Amino acid sequence: MADTSTNGPMMAADGTPLKQSLARALRRQKRRALLLTAPLLLFVLVSFIMPIGSMLMRSIQNTAGTDYIPDIIPNVVVALEDWDPQSGDLPSEAAFKAMAIDFKAAFKNKQHTQLGRRFNYETPGMSSLFRKSGRAISRLKIEEITDFKAEMLDVDKDWGKIEYWATIKANSGYYTGSYYMAAFDAERTIEGVQMKDPDQRIYQKLMIRTLWLSALITFCTLVIGYPVAWLLADLPLRTSNLLMILVLLPFWTSLLVRTSAWKILLQEQGVINDIWIALGFTERLSLINNQLGVVIAMTHILLPFMILPLYSVMKTIPPSYLRAAKSLGATNTTAFLRVYFPQTTPGIGAGALLVFILAVGYFITPELVGGADGTFISNRIYFQFSTLGNWGLAAALGTIMLVIVLLLYYVYDKLVGIDNVKLG
Amino acid sequence: MAQTSSKDAFVEFERVQKSYDGETLVVKDLNLTMPKGEFLTMLGPSGSGKTTCLMMLAGFETATHGEIKLDGKPINNIPPHKRGIGMVFQNYALFPHMTVAENLAFPLEVRKLGKSEREAKVKRALDMVQMGAFGGRRPAQLSGGQQQRIALARALVFEPELVLMDEPLGALDKQLREHMQFEITRIAHNLGITTVYVTHDQTEALTMSDRVAVFNDGRIQQLAPPDELYEAPQNSFVAQFIGENNTLEGVVQEIRDGFAVVRLDSGEVIDCKPVNVSKAGERTLVSIRPERVEIDKSRLHPDAHTLKAEVLEFIYMGDIFRTRLKVAGRDDFIIKTRNAPDQRRLQPGEMIDIGWLANDCRALDA
Amino acid sequence: MKLTKLMLTTTALTIAAGAVSAEMAGSMTVVSWGGAYQNSQVKAYVEPYQAMNDGLEVITDESSAEAVTKLRAMAEAGNITWDVVDVVAADAMRLCDEGLALEIDPDTMLADAPDGTKASEDFGDLIVSDCFIPQIVYSTTFGYRTDLLPEAPTSVCDIFDTEKFPGKRALEKRPIGNMEWALICDGVAIDDVYTTLETPEGVARAFAKLDTIKDSVVWWSAGAETPQLLADGEVSIGSTYNGRLFSAIAEQGQPIGMLWDWQMFDLDGWIIPANLPADREARALDFVKFATDTQRLADQAKYISYGPARASSAPLVGQHAELGIEMAPHMPTDPNNAQNTFLFNYDWWASYRDDLDAQYQAWLLQ
Repeated sequence: MADTSTNGPMMAADGTPLKQSLARALRRQKRRALLLTAPLLLFVLVSFIMPIGSMLMRSIQNTAGTDYIPDIIPNVVVALEDWDPQSGDLPSEAAFKAMAIDFKAAFKNKQHTQLGRRFNYETPGMSSLFRKSGRAISRLKIEEITDFKAEMLDVDKDWGKIEYWATIKANSGYYTGSYYMAAFDAERTIEGVQMKDPDQRIYQKLMIRTLWLSALITFCTLVIGYPVAWLLADLPLRTSNLLMILVLLPFWTSLLVRTSAWKILLQEQGVINDIWIALGFTERLSLINNQLGVVIAMTHILLPFMILPLYSVMKTIPPSYLRAAKSLGATNTTAFLRVYFPQTTPGIGAGALLVFILAVGYFITPELVGGADGTFISNRIYFQFSTLGNWGLAAALGTIMLVIVLLLYYVYDKLVGIDNVKLG
Repeated sequence: MAQTSSKDAFVEFERVQKSYDGETLVVKDLNLTMPKGEFLTMLGPSGSGKTTCLMMLAGFETATHGEIKLDGKPINNIPPHKRGIGMVFQNYALFPHMTVAENLAFPLEVRKLGKSEREAKVKRALDMVQMGAFGGRRPAQLSGGQQQRIALARALVFEPELVLMDEPLGALDKQLREHMQFEITRIAHNLGITTVYVTHDQTEALTMSDRVAVFNDGRIQQLAPPDELYEAPQNSFVAQFIGENNTLEGVVQEIRDGFAVVRLDSGEVIDCKPVNVSKAGERTLVSIRPERVEIDKSRLHPDAHTLKAEVLEFIYMGDIFRTRLKVAGRDDFIIKTRNAPDQRRLQPGEMIDIGWLANDCRALDA
Repeated sequence: MKLTKLMLTTTALTIAAGAVSAEMAGSMTVVSWGGAYQNSQVKAYVEPYQAMNDGLEVITDESSAEAVTKLRAMAEAGNITWDVVDVVAADAMRLCDEGLALEIDPDTMLADAPDGTKASEDFGDLIVSDCFIPQIVYSTTFGYRTDLLPEAPTSVCDIFDTEKFPGKRALEKRPIGNMEWALICDGVAIDDVYTTLETPEGVARAFAKLDTIKDSVVWWSAGAETPQLLADGEVSIGSTYNGRLFSAIAEQGQPIGMLWDWQMFDLDGWIIPANLPADREARALDFVKFATDTQRLADQAKYISYGPARASSAPLVGQHAELGIEMAPHMPTDPNNAQNTFLFNYDWWASYRDDLDAQYQAWLLQ
């Protein structure tokens, strides 16, 4: 007690300053909390942050196979430094010599076809050139050759294509924007980077389509899910539990099974069309292998993600609010619009965000029921990744989608406020 | 005030029944008339049907049988929003996404009032509950008592002739509750509005109401002004439910000169006022209020019957003394005596004689 | 003495024999495509081989679709777990180019034909890569519903005639095959198809031809889709692998007919990963030599309708193991079926696939 009356710092019972002993007590707590969360942090780091980081890197690393391009063709990089593709002339004799030397080394390491495939992403034909030239160039005796240009052109006349050399020069750095260039539907010409013909801009179209269809699906889940959630929240617990099982049932079935079920239902010779014909119509409906099919199937599959947050928010709104509104003179509609609906917006926000972000990344359903015009950007990313093996472009597209979703999230936060989102 | 003909009735329940499951009746044959301007409280334990009656009046429940009339017109088929009845809910039901002023303006907006008129009325209503400075706040930023005032103001702002209140003070602490009881009655009387108030708190019912309807088991057990209810309960339920009460069981021996002679099960004989006993041989519950028991023999009528009592416990409560006695074989007999300078403090173990005026001792149904 | 000598010799021989088998690993991982195809390999190759090599453990894997990616990853990690891998020719070329597959000298490492023809001659130009051990010839071709079309289509160009052959078509969601067929049916000679496709005009011409049926196409990406679409009557004509159509026709008895005109051949065969430990490499080579001899390749055709890669196997192709039908007429390589064919041009597509895929995708989006 005597301590407190003086002007000095407050002391703990053992004489240490109170602040210090408080800090020590808190530090112990913090350390324990950190230890408890360490497995999760480690897991997130290893299985989430690192892959995303590695994806970001892959979209800019200029590699062929596992090595950087300038490490595979160091001499060519130097020799092409002063060459201007727009001059209309082929590179110098030195460049051809450098190519012969580097190519021989690459052939020895079995890297020449990887190099060719890498350049081929940007300029068709180079893969074939590098493959076919392999053996012939490997047999060249560097010391004996005087005219490398002639010798190389003799191996394959395509070594005389300026656009090939321009692609090589454009890829002499350790990092490259080529993948992003391709992802934004631009291409490299001798005159420089240009946008492709509007007809050929597939990634733009796919991204816009992915976002638009995801928004439409989100809207559909809201329109269908809202009344269901309301009913669930309003019914006595026993009935609502039963209905909740129906809502959750899709969760217990494999995604593939659900999607295939939709296929059987919606196809032209399917159940719904058979009923349609039985009703006396003559034209069968195209309900699948198009955007409509994707919207129908994904709305169903993602519905629980809308209903659950809505339900949990609606459950917290006592029925007395609606009664109060009615007692104050509001019609059913006004009471709903002015009193009930505004209170469910946190649930709508959470559900919409959840469904939209899930939809943007959806892959299997658009692949199976999307046909030609219902596929998403993720299908293209997967195709680039698995079939064409162009991981850089797949990574660039993935990164762009990540950025778009983060941007939307940011805008959403600004407009709605992420604090207003309630998952339960 | 006590009796109203249905001519000047403002609210009327006629043979109203309500069942939720089609098997049991929650409200059984309810008949009630209220004149304009009355403050009526529906009092009863939970499940007695009082809230259901209120909800039927408000329009949120429909009667399975019978008719409810408002100002002479049947309202069974009028939806709640057209009844023009103000209502205060148990949890206040203030709209959390609107400010206080917006909450109050809501009933005016749906009635399509102009902006200036709306603002004037909102201000007046807020001033009425002394919350004029809080118009811009959200309900969550107010204390329970403040929310209560706003809920009251909102129910009154559109000037309804009838206001329903469903246990509005249930969530408040004791002091605030007492204050609000006073506020509500003051405002209700000032505005001259008719009020139906539901509570399970008998003190609230007694202090606030013009009349109290005591509900039990889906029926009104007694409908009377508070003093009558307390002093002249019509049956043993009301006697038990309202205030503290001593009961003794016995059989009516005879009824003469307006008095009933009751032989208690323990053998003693006492005089009572017959309330709902009519002939000798009936079993009865005799009810005596603790404060009406006299321990000073000199103040009793010389012929009055007295009973022997043993003091079991003496409790000092400040304004009064509460003493537990063993009387006629029962050890839960309570008497209350005023803490006056000349008042005796009974000692446990002491044997005394107790008695009462026959009028204060009511022979009720067993 | 003689006896001792004899015994010693026998022991030595036994030891030598033991040494030889000790050089070969006691287990082996065989990677293939799963399903009926891998089944046919197990029946025709793996089981007989195990019967000859007591105690050999064979692990099967169904990862052939990701063979290139996985082998790259294994090579990088320095831990190759696969011994024999079934791949399409294009993947074999890629793996060989990158040094991930063992180079094979057919004449020393593979079995000669029974008549003494060297393996290199027996396989002929199907050895498309130094690392590739050809196994089967399969084709991508068309099947049609015999009951839904007024007459049987005889030319691949009939798929572009929706008037004469009504109904939808199933085509693969990639340019390979479709572009060739479009140009062939637009009057381009087969030898000029690829040079035509190298020009923007040629590509436009192919798309223009495909445009004529674009609205009635269902696009598939997995080979099993077309038989299902045909069975459901969703399409009347569709392309897929000939083995899938065979099983729909012969095993499931679907009303489907084969249209062999301008079928696109592709090859499938074995590769052995490079840099295996000596004992495992010896085992893999021993297995591959056995599995690709004339009789074994002919045996596989008992189980699936893919043509054996050896010329010498063709006459040995017999009846289906269970159905007892002659397999030869169902082989894509049967002379009656192989009047108009072309081989999947790996080299050309390696260069133009990225670009044409993008253009194809853009065309699909229009």
